[in-house]
Amino acid sequence: MATVHPPSGLAQFTGGAESVVIDAPRVPELMAALRRRFPQIADHLAEMAVAIDGEIYQDPGYQPLRADSDVHLLPRIAGG
Amino acid sequence: MSDQTFTVVGTRPVRHDGVDKVTGRAAYGADVHWPGLLHGVVVRSPHAHARILSIDTSAAEATPGVKAVLVGRELPETHASVAIGEAAIDLRDMSYSMLARDKVLYHGQAVAAVAATSLEIAFEAARKVIVSYEPLQPVLTVDEAMAAGAPILHPDLVPKGAPAPPQMPTNVASRHELRRGDPDAAIARSDLVIEREFRTPTVHQGYIEPHACIARCGEDGRAVVWCTTQGPFFVRDACAAMAGLDPAHVKVVPSEIGGGFGGKIVVYLEPIAILLSRKAQRPVKMVMSRDDVFRATGPTSGSKIRVTLGAMRDGTLVAARVSLWYEAGAFRGSPVGAGAMCALAPYKIPNFFIEFADVLVNKPKVAAYRAPGSPMASFAVESVVDELARELNLDPIELRLRNANDEGDQAPYGPKYGPIGLKTLLRAAKTHPHWRAPLGPHQGRGFAIGFWFNGGMNSSATVTLNTDGSAAVLTGNPDIGGTRAAQAMMVAEELGIPVDRVRPGVGDTDTAGYTDLTGGSRVCFATGMAVIRAAADVRDELKARAARMWNVEVSSVTWEQGRAVPPAGATDAKSGAAAAPLTVAEIASKMAHTGGPVVGRASLYAPMAGPGFGGHICDLEIDSETGRSRIVRYTAFQDVGKAVHPSYVEGQIQGGVAQGIGWALNEEYCYSRDGAMQNAGFLDYRMPVASDLPMIETVLIEVPNPLHPYGVRGVGEVPIVPPLATVANAMRAATGVRFTELPLSPPRVLEKIAAEAPVTVGA
Repeated sequence: MATVHPPSGLAQFTGGAESVVIDAPRVPELMAALRRRFPQIADHLAEMAVAIDGEIYQDPGYQPLRADSDVHLLPRIAGG
Repeated sequence: MSDQTFTVVGTRPVRHDGVDKVTGRAAYGADVHWPGLLHGVVVRSPHAHARILSIDTSAAEATPGVKAVLVGRELPETHASVAIGEAAIDLRDMSYSMLARDKVLYHGQAVAAVAATSLEIAFEAARKVIVSYEPLQPVLTVDEAMAAGAPILHPDLVPKGAPAPPQMPTNVASRHELRRGDPDAAIARSDLVIEREFRTPTVHQGYIEPHACIARCGEDGRAVVWCTTQGPFFVRDACAAMAGLDPAHVKVVPSEIGGGFGGKIVVYLEPIAILLSRKAQRPVKMVMSRDDVFRATGPTSGSKIRVTLGAMRDGTLVAARVSLWYEAGAFRGSPVGAGAMCALAPYKIPNFFIEFADVLVNKPKVAAYRAPGSPMASFAVESVVDELARELNLDPIELRLRNANDEGDQAPYGPKYGPIGLKTLLRAAKTHPHWRAPLGPHQGRGFAIGFWFNGGMNSSATVTLNTDGSAAVLTGNPDIGGTRAAQAMMVAEELGIPVDRVRPGVGDTDTAGYTDLTGGSRVCFATGMAVIRAAADVRDELKARAARMWNVEVSSVTWEQGRAVPPAGATDAKSGAAAAPLTVAEIASKMAHTGGPVVGRASLYAPMAGPGFGGHICDLEIDSETGRSRIVRYTAFQDVGKAVHPSYVEGQIQGGVAQGIGWALNEEYCYSRDGAMQNAGFLDYRMPVASDLPMIETVLIEVPNPLHPYGVRGVGEVPIVPPLATVANAMRAATGVRFTELPLSPPRVLEKIAAEAPVTVGA
């Protein structure tokens, strides 16, 4: 079960939860589960980068998750 | 330090493109000439905010020699966005910024374009384009833009954010928050609380080469664009969307690039040149003047930042509140999110609240600029950290060491850090002779640190072996900072051949595999990984060819010191003698007989490159009569992972420091009340030149990045982050005055010293 940490600024959409535990094999399934559980967060997820066990992916695609993965959602970053 | 040993990596060979550049043979964006060339120019708005009532191009079109005229309403509508890896760019906004439709939103915005047989005729015709405007009041700062009753740039703007912003006309395009712990309670119990408000001006990247392109659109509707850009594949996709073409019908050839720093990601000319060329059925060349570059290309945000830090007597940081408002320019999309995430990135602070807003103003839409968003945030936070150290009577480096994040600590933006070199570089700075060197009269010393994420994203590479054992490596990344030399070194390292036997090249969008832009400090890291894998692909094939020559299993062949080594008992097919190891050249010479050409390829999507930290020491001398300051000595420490070519790593750091010093001391856009830039040239927009600066000393800290086979981290952006605060902290030490607004130009310094300074400057 991956532990997912939405951005702290979105806590209003997660009932104040700073993290949630979700059983998902890959990022797309995890995102779908998040949308089902917290419908109001859906609009924000499209613009998020995803950090999986410390590695940040601007576009996480189909990245696999481990059973104990630590997943953080964060704003995308533009570089120069 | 890495346990890996290298033969080529870590050495300092002469760059492959060096002779062409120092002899003037290198071809930049404006250096190409095609037969039948037309010259394109744009008509720019004299207003910072106005409705366009009408545009009459009839007189311009009637001018002899004019072959095409273009106005915004002729451009196709697009609602596309292009993911350049790091963020999606809204091409509708980019198109409207490139050529205004019903409203102009900044002084200098293009409203029409003309192509003619000579530049003189094009300018003459441009003057004949009659545009009728209804001027509107501009807003030029975040305070003006957020004031009650402020003129609204985009009445239909839908603000984004969480908590959800009010859905009423506003110039605040988005507002977000980050939070950890209970900052209010922690501030209440802090032994020392310092709050300051900071402002930084709009500044430009200042690349030497202006934007330039040539486009040729044929009868078949296919377009070829030669241009100076950081991302040819992005230009291709953006041009296709903005000019209404199929991306398969657009080819972009990147020229050599004379600096970009993020500013040459955006397209300003290319779709216009394509459409003019399509109308005229002749190639069209467009080259910006320096005035155009300043007025109409993306600088970075001016900002307002409020910082509150709470600390205990021993220096432990316990709480932070940070508010950031960044100017986006005329369309949404400032780097305020990155600034928010970078602001506290070096520090282990258990309680914080960060709010950040993207604010529209009547200035050009900002573009990326080297670690976008981070330098301003770092200026604010590091200035307050310096104040804390003074109040607590602690060594500024020691205070930072006590609070520095380390491997396993949670970054303020979420995930835990892997191996990072922050504490290592702080210790290196603390023990460096510069930190204890005596200061002269009227001199002060400052220290600050900074952070940047470093990018990853899509990269491809091809390595082709020649029959003489030399090789060519091709990628789609324009070479800004010496990446071709680094890529050649990686191929040489993998194959065991001399680096001058590897020819590195930059391909166009038809010949190179898809590769994201040159930016985000990603090329040596991500494209470098693709190069290493492509070279390894060649090496694997060489082992297979050797196995065929020896008639043994591939798995029995090993690779040692650039040679394929046969298994025991293998024999040479001709002589029957025991087989000897084969060099790359020996195997390559037999390619035609062992299976044909050897080409290695690799493509990948890399995660972000691993966080980078820098720490800088600056000695500054102030002339209390004129307010002029002089940088006396400057040393930059940076965790670079592994320096592939140390000279170019040092050069990146020196360049970033120079830009940061300019930002701190002199650079700013000066606007009239009606929103016209008053200093759109290098005589009045004062960037540092070589004679302004001492030799920038660099100390490379190599804490290997586990995400890269050689341990490479991104390098190019981190060094522009610390200088703003480093210089300001040195100015504080030299004058006794805390400066909270940049630049620290002589008039501002004099004024503030007169108002606040102790009697003896430099005491």
